[in-house]
Amino acid sequence: MSGHMNLTLKVWRQKSPQDKGGFVTYKADGISEDMSFLEMLDVVNEGLIKKGDDPIHFDHDCREGICGMCSLYINGRPHGPKRAVTTCQLHMRSFKDGETITIEPWRAAAFPVIKDLSTNRAAFERIQQAGGYVSVNTGGVPDANEIPIPKVIADEAFNSATCIQCGACVAACKNSSAMLFVSAKVSQLALLPQGQQERYRRVQAMVAQMDAEGFGNCTNTGACEAECPKEISLTNIARMNREYFTAKFFKEEEIH
Amino acid sequence: MKLDAKIPEGPLAEKWSKHKFNLKLVNPANKRKYTVLVVGTGLAGASAAASLAELGYNVKTFCFQDSPRRAHSIAAQGGINAAKNYRNDGDSVYRLFYDTIKGGDYRSREGNVYRLAEVSVNIIDQCVAQGVPFAREYGGLLDNRSFGGAQVSRTFYARGQTGQQLLLGAYSALNRQIHEGKVKSYNRHEMLDVVVVDGKAQGIVTRDLITGEIETHAGHAVLLCTGGYGNVFYLSTNAMGCNVTAAWKAHKRGAYFANPCFTQIHPTCIPVTGDHQSKLTLMSESLRNDGRVWAPKTQEIAEKLRRGEIKSSEIKEEDRDYFLERKYPAFGNLVPRDVASRNAKEAVDNGLGVGSSGKAVFLDFADAIARLGEDTVRAKYGNLFDMYYQITDENPYKQPMRIYPAVHYTMGGLWVDYNLQTTVSGLYCLGEANFSDHGANRLGASALMQGLADGYFVIPYTVGDYLATIGPKAIDESHPAFAETKQAVIGRINKLLSLKGTRTVDDYHRELGHIMWEYCGMARTEEGLTKAKGLIRELREDFWKNAIVPGTNNEFNQSLEKAGRVADFLELGELMVDDALQRKESCGGHFRLESQTEEGEALRDDENFAYVAAWEYKADGAPEELHKEELVYENVKLTQRSYK
Repeated sequence: MSGHMNLTLKVWRQKSPQDKGGFVTYKADGISEDMSFLEMLDVVNEGLIKKGDDPIHFDHDCREGICGMCSLYINGRPHGPKRAVTTCQLHMRSFKDGETITIEPWRAAAFPVIKDLSTNRAAFERIQQAGGYVSVNTGGVPDANEIPIPKVIADEAFNSATCIQCGACVAACKNSSAMLFVSAKVSQLALLPQGQQERYRRVQAMVAQMDAEGFGNCTNTGACEAECPKEISLTNIARMNREYFTAKFFKEEEIH
Repeated sequence: MKLDAKIPEGPLAEKWSKHKFNLKLVNPANKRKYTVLVVGTGLAGASAAASLAELGYNVKTFCFQDSPRRAHSIAAQGGINAAKNYRNDGDSVYRLFYDTIKGGDYRSREGNVYRLAEVSVNIIDQCVAQGVPFAREYGGLLDNRSFGGAQVSRTFYARGQTGQQLLLGAYSALNRQIHEGKVKSYNRHEMLDVVVVDGKAQGIVTRDLITGEIETHAGHAVLLCTGGYGNVFYLSTNAMGCNVTAAWKAHKRGAYFANPCFTQIHPTCIPVTGDHQSKLTLMSESLRNDGRVWAPKTQEIAEKLRRGEIKSSEIKEEDRDYFLERKYPAFGNLVPRDVASRNAKEAVDNGLGVGSSGKAVFLDFADAIARLGEDTVRAKYGNLFDMYYQITDENPYKQPMRIYPAVHYTMGGLWVDYNLQTTVSGLYCLGEANFSDHGANRLGASALMQGLADGYFVIPYTVGDYLATIGPKAIDESHPAFAETKQAVIGRINKLLSLKGTRTVDDYHRELGHIMWEYCGMARTEEGLTKAKGLIRELREDFWKNAIVPGTNNEFNQSLEKAGRVADFLELGELMVDDALQRKESCGGHFRLESQTEEGEALRDDENFAYVAAWEYKADGAPEELHKEELVYENVKLTQRSYK
């Protein structure tokens, strides 16, 4: 059976967006190595609630690494120390007995803190709404096999489409850039035949919204790719830049 | 009230076409005068909201997550069925219909299921047009696989994340309509009641989860697309936030709840490791295409294994019982979910379980790796193997996986007629939240199909008929029912916040889960269920005395959200037990020990139980009234399922 450990947590507590916030230290004792990181926080919260204190608020839902709801900046890294996993899939065996763990929310001007470790990622929603789609209505579409797509293209589009919209790329970036997120959607639809009709309108609309939300620019540091739980590649950013320049030089369209 | 399912007359294959023609239409110029409220933004909700907005209706969507894309449809792995017959292997709309009726153990409606099979082909077309990146063959056409015991390859998939890709498709269609101004989305909002005026649903009450503000929203129709209630078991493969609250509030406002005891237990989940566990993780049952399920032959070997004295690799071939292959030679490891789950539980109950808890059986890929090579196995199942490794710290390429069944899906839900309307006029229910298409057991790759069928291709027609009937007159939000319903919600919240006892809400939830799993899970008896009913009542009473709910209403308060949901589960749990008690037959996902064949297989009782059990809420604490909708089979002959 696995061992148990005693940990010290330094957790960012902030009552509201207006509150200044600060670190509070907690003890987490008797933590099983088999627990997920969020289950460890559940245990701490049970203790806080029993004492009549307000539990630590954090976003989470599916706890199987796909919904993109969980976040957390753990020891200075989005989704913690392991590569290619979300916080909910991080297990306590990745930490050592006696360790001090620092837990913060995503830090970015475009992601204001709601409470404690929970942030507002509505900016991502607005970018998607600006153009992250193919304009087809329900019904009246061709038979699925009338749109053949080479397997390599379909696979590449799929890789871009695996983004879970968690925001780790923004949190990891020194410029708080959202380029990896935006470029993943732009790439998916630019690669596929279904996305061609709106290819240039889409990239302009999404980039314009991204800029309006206050995300920073890309300086090719690559932290986003390194921290992305779904290993979205930097190639997407290169592709988006190409799409954007082509659009601006040759295909500029009025966006609404 | 007599239940009328409103199944259209006529031959099976013509019912839906005829019905569509008979439904009233709303004049295009009038559509903008209507507002439709859509609660929940998973496959059913997002597809319905986008489709209705495209038609010209005004739509408001509500979800408790911070984005519609996070609804739990996102987590579905395996695939989506469609009767395309792209493989030329004998599939057809009728065969998909037949397989679904049979898989549901003859407890679903012929008319509904046929329609589901019929529109399944349109779903794939729609998703591809949106840019959903399904798996493809080298020739550029769509790939298919056989799934969950089907004899034909009709499952479309996107690696191990079909649910995410389909939901992103529906989400993108929804985003387009938000951009166009036809949909207004309310994220981080939870629906806490339905406003019913003169017998018609005309609005909802919601709580803004960030500010705590209690709001009312008026609409000409309300669509509940709020998913299943598997979290009543505490541990399930559902997301942490999945809950029954919206459906339960609707139930208390007059919507009947159908077949609540029909829950599905998925056979290939990662076993529990300890009391801290907050959820269970499912692995796609496509694993059973190549994995072999086994347990040690004797208790003695199993005990040694559990104590860590021997390794699985040291168990000789003749000391292993590949129990599914032995008992069901025709289907082997590919028997339907309910059969696979029940047999795993039986092995564990007989002391043959493995792992330190003893609550698991093996799923072994050694043969597949020897036959196909590790690379081929990795290409097929790599993401699932990685997930297993990540969670258990055991390498499934080197040692067999440990699996155990877990609650995964709920076939029961709000009763709806053929139009997806509940027993409250103007209140509709779509997707997993309704009861309609899966009978007593859902086949693999059918949940995504049903959610999208309801949202893209059924509700846009049927809700139009209702809207045309009531007319486009604006809903009067000053009607006292709005203020009264809002006040009732505030009263309930205040009552929850007044609980300053000693026991946490999670603790109650955990205990409820134990009761449900023990007595109302895969195997049930009259005695156990009767006991469970008492236990749930005691627990519910204790909750309202001794629970702790910290904080206030006017803030982001996750404890308050959870308390409201658990309080509703504590009521639903008792209804599930009542439903299981009255159904004295074994069928689909559940096994009544009193009703089995001589060989110990589930024995259905068509003479007495070929009906839908629809429950009517009467008053708090009072017994609910059972209404029966007899199931009529004109095309399919009811037979005892056999997978031997």
